[in-house]
Amino acid sequence: MPEQTETETPAPAAEEVLVEDSLVEEVSIDGMCGVY
Amino acid sequence: MTAVLPPRAPAQRPTGGKLIDQFEYGLDAPICLTWELTYACNLACAHCLSSSGRRDPRELSTAEAEGVIDELQRMQVFYVNVGGGEPTVRPDFWHLLDYAIGHDVGVKFSTNGVKLNKARAAQLARTDYVDVQISLDGATAEVNDRVRGTGSYATAITALENLAEAGMKDFKVSVVVTRENAGQLDAFKALTDSFGAQLRITRLRPSGRGADVWDELHPTMAQQKDLYQWLLANGDGVLTGDSFFHLSAFGEALPGLNLCGAGRVVCLIDPVGDVYACPFAIHENFLAGNVRSPGGFQTVWQQSELFADLRNPQTGGACTKCQHFDSCRGGCMAAKFFTGLPLDGPDPECVQGYGESALAARDLELVTPKSHIDHSHKGPVRGQPTLLGMPSIPPAKICDESPLAGLDLR
Amino acid sequence: MADTALVTDPAAGTSPAAGEVTIPADELPFDPSLPWQKSASVALRPEPFGALVYHFGNRKLSFLKSKPLVAVVKALAEHPDVPSTLRACEVPEAQHPAYVTALATLSRSQMIEKRSTP
Repeated sequence: MPEQTETETPAPAAEEVLVEDSLVEEVSIDGMCGVY
Repeated sequence: MTAVLPPRAPAQRPTGGKLIDQFEYGLDAPICLTWELTYACNLACAHCLSSSGRRDPRELSTAEAEGVIDELQRMQVFYVNVGGGEPTVRPDFWHLLDYAIGHDVGVKFSTNGVKLNKARAAQLARTDYVDVQISLDGATAEVNDRVRGTGSYATAITALENLAEAGMKDFKVSVVVTRENAGQLDAFKALTDSFGAQLRITRLRPSGRGADVWDELHPTMAQQKDLYQWLLANGDGVLTGDSFFHLSAFGEALPGLNLCGAGRVVCLIDPVGDVYACPFAIHENFLAGNVRSPGGFQTVWQQSELFADLRNPQTGGACTKCQHFDSCRGGCMAAKFFTGLPLDGPDPECVQGYGESALAARDLELVTPKSHIDHSHKGPVRGQPTLLGMPSIPPAKICDESPLAGLDLR
Repeated sequence: MADTALVTDPAAGTSPAAGEVTIPADELPFDPSLPWQKSASVALRPEPFGALVYHFGNRKLSFLKSKPLVAVVKALAEHPDVPSTLRACEVPEAQHPAYVTALATLSRSQMIEKRSTP
């Protein structure tokens, strides 16, 4: 079954506190509730 | 109409972050949606979520349905799930199927298989961008027909045989998990594998006629736990439509968005053009508008008050304090509503047991909400399900379109 | 909505290009020095936070979570390689690795494909 996956992004420069969010997220076409 | 929803903080879409955080605030168009083409149906399943059976005289015409498809194309809704009732009993079904595909809208349709003879199966096998889903609620006729009616298992199997023989790819068998079939998961998998089909299992909601059989049919807590374990062990290649996201509170999250999509990423268009938050919420309180109104479906999706409320994620409520809230997100809105539970509280099948407590705490005098939208067959029906103890009248022939065919009611 | 086969010709002379990302052994590494384009079977729908990308052939669904990434995906066809596309779209240098990673993900699901024209 297609799974929701996230890309791993390399950590930005040391001064950054937060890790960058991944820019692409995959979603299964069957993976949302409220559909037959 | 909005009084049923708990008070929410003003909407403020976050930047970046997780996708589902974005989805909670809604999208300019649904990702996909369910479209019930007709309330007419040759069956009378005991748990029908749309209380189908009789055609509604106000059904969208062929031209109106084409207009909806045109809108979906403009909105770039890439994919629509067509159901009903039984969508193939609409004479223009095959025309609308081709029309949608020809207008960049892929179609999956959900059917009991009644019309899928060899010719139609061959037609589907050579058509791109169409997906078929056969409904089945028992791995044996004995279990299935109790809920869906005598002969319905045979009809489904014949359709599966025809599709397989015609070389159809990727077709699905969709099962609603009940107390009676929860022990048949391996058998369902074997059955679907034997046809080269994909198994899809979904959650029973107390919606439509499902409300009448909920107490008797919804899985027990033990069965839910087993189901969860089964999905973890066997879930590769088994679809769920993300309908078991409430089970994610058991531990490891199941694949899917794990989020109620109603009014945010999905919705329902019903046979008379009414737009509801989701197919499991066909009730005045979840009616957002009608596609026949000026501005059509797009205006309803983008501007209805109900959807604006749903896209304003709740910040309070009993569930948010639970450590499992991030996994289950409070469960299914429709399940809560139709069992008379508050929408900001636990799901009736909350795996931590809070739902059972909430159900027990309900006022004994409580009358649970009932939809006025009911197209159920009125009188006795050939091959009707025996679940509720009604005697079964055998079908005249398996493929009769009308359950009243040849029935002498004198 | 014509289906487009994924171009699978192996890159000759496999000196790793700057920013190359390695992906599972049974797949070719994503090579940003080649010309790419959004696949023909893919539809791209803008969203408030980026875009929804749907592949009509394999029915995969992806979300691009930044508007600049959407611009990059659209602009790939007009540039000879990924780095020049990123520069043309004014993506800050420090973010280039993240964008290359994102494009590698999209190539795995066939949302973008190598193009034959330079």
